[in-house]
Amino acid sequence: MQVSNFPLRMKMQFRCSFTIAKKDAKIYYLKAPVLIFGILFPLCLFLAFAIGRDISPNILLPGLVGMTLFFTASSANPIVAPWETRMRTLERLVSTPASISAIIFGDIFAGFLYGAVISIVPLLIGIFAFGSDVVKPYLLAIDIVLSAFCFSALGSLLSSPPTDNPSNVMMLSNLVRLPLIFISGVFIPIKKMPAWGKAIAPISPLTYASDLARYALLDKGYYPIPLDIVMILVFTLAFVIIGITIHQRSMPKRF
Amino acid sequence: MENAIEVSSLSKYFGEIRAVDGISFQVKKSELFGFLGPNGAGKTTTQRMLTGILKPNSGTIHIMGFDLFKHPSDAKMLMGVVPEMANPYIDLSAWDNLMLMGELYGVPKRKRKQKAMELLEIFSLQDRKNQKTKGFSKGMKQRLILAMALIHEPELLFLDEPTSGLDVQSARLIRNLVRELNSNDTTVFLTTHNIEEANQMCARVAIINSGKIAAIDRPENLRNTIQSLQSVEVTFAKAINDLESLQTIENVSEIRKEGDKLRLYTDKPGDVACQLVEYAKAHELQVLSLNTLGPSLEDVFVHLIDTKGEQNAS
Repeated sequence: MQVSNFPLRMKMQFRCSFTIAKKDAKIYYLKAPVLIFGILFPLCLFLAFAIGRDISPNILLPGLVGMTLFFTASSANPIVAPWETRMRTLERLVSTPASISAIIFGDIFAGFLYGAVISIVPLLIGIFAFGSDVVKPYLLAIDIVLSAFCFSALGSLLSSPPTDNPSNVMMLSNLVRLPLIFISGVFIPIKKMPAWGKAIAPISPLTYASDLARYALLDKGYYPIPLDIVMILVFTLAFVIIGITIHQRSMPKRF
Repeated sequence: MENAIEVSSLSKYFGEIRAVDGISFQVKKSELFGFLGPNGAGKTTTQRMLTGILKPNSGTIHIMGFDLFKHPSDAKMLMGVVPEMANPYIDLSAWDNLMLMGELYGVPKRKRKQKAMELLEIFSLQDRKNQKTKGFSKGMKQRLILAMALIHEPELLFLDEPTSGLDVQSARLIRNLVRELNSNDTTVFLTTHNIEEANQMCARVAIINSGKIAAIDRPENLRNTIQSLQSVEVTFAKAINDLESLQTIENVSEIRKEGDKLRLYTDKPGDVACQLVEYAKAHELQVLSLNTLGPSLEDVFVHLIDTKGEQNAS
């Protein structure tokens, strides 16, 4: 089958991405420890902040949803490329007709699905345990889809250094991700943050994801809704383009 | 189109290091082609360029007529690749590994299932079909890797050290299968440092050293080009510790002791054999065996590598 024809080539690359996403799901995501960690880690951070303070769980729920999305969608992606380099499976994958872009999109797609599905868990807890309402369900759906994709793309970008040591990448990943929680209005709404906080909050994609969740669950937010959506899209595009560019450069150095 | 692979002026640098230096060669369709060289000669780098994993700094590669870098998908669809030291996914079963590769190459579901069953049987892995490959031996993993490379019935197969470190049975199974594939018109590009393997299997071999092709020909022709590497192998009933006494034999360039045998290198093996018989009579030695030998591919290989090394040094 000749695949020089552009639509046929795109179809083939899309199929490769989907196949790689299925492979990632089986190997990295559909495992009890990964699934449990995806829920427990944001929940523990959340409880560490909420316990002993006189704040309604409903107020904190948007932050928890945003944080769960952030930590789950970007959780396993950073280790995929280093792990596969170390296990000597990546060279075989790169020699298939799947382009590097298709491989990266496959990884992003797997992280996106994992993040989107797991983020429903705290939402259900909020609704059934604390009686929270979803004021704008469509906005919540948009937030989950866009943010999960955005954070998964961030995870893929973080996996781009040409190392075969997953712990190196996890260190970099946590170095980037953990500080973002504190500047993104997850625990404290942006309008209550100090001036310096308000100034740096816009550099985090989690800011806009949490803000959208706040609109969807509480019907109030800080930035205009269209700005939240546009900013998440801009971050996504930047992560995807920079990620693929760096992966294309770093991939030959892995072998 | 007669050639499966056409390489022209291919070069690859890693920083200041020139790993592959302007090599050109062709591999004909249905040919079993060996790519030999010492460690660090540029074998694996060349194979990685041929399989689209590394981009060359200069030069062109055509696979079955497709420019590899202009039409990578077309070219890669026709290749099966077994990289050096590759592994299957250890958290997937043998079956899932085969299905994954089948899907990536766009093999329809029914066909890939049928082909996977067939391959598992050929490689004696049918009993381990649903087991995760984590517990597989090295031989089983290598057989599975080869099966994964064959799931889409490629026209061109790249093998990088496919039998390295394997037990005799697995190595023999793989060699026999590669021969069989080749007899069914699959072109095979075999990268190896196992000279005997290349000698037994390949119709033509290229010898690469320091990133340059030192020689490219049929193994027999390569052997014939180096007359000085002919030798006479003799075994006496009693060991000779004093090799000096053999210096009286004329036209011998080198004498080597190999186990209980002596090997005398010469470009006149018949003459040396006669002199050895005279020598045995004179020293009252019983000759247990006397053979004239042409150079082995290993001799050619070592000769070429040494010659090129000396040329580079000067």
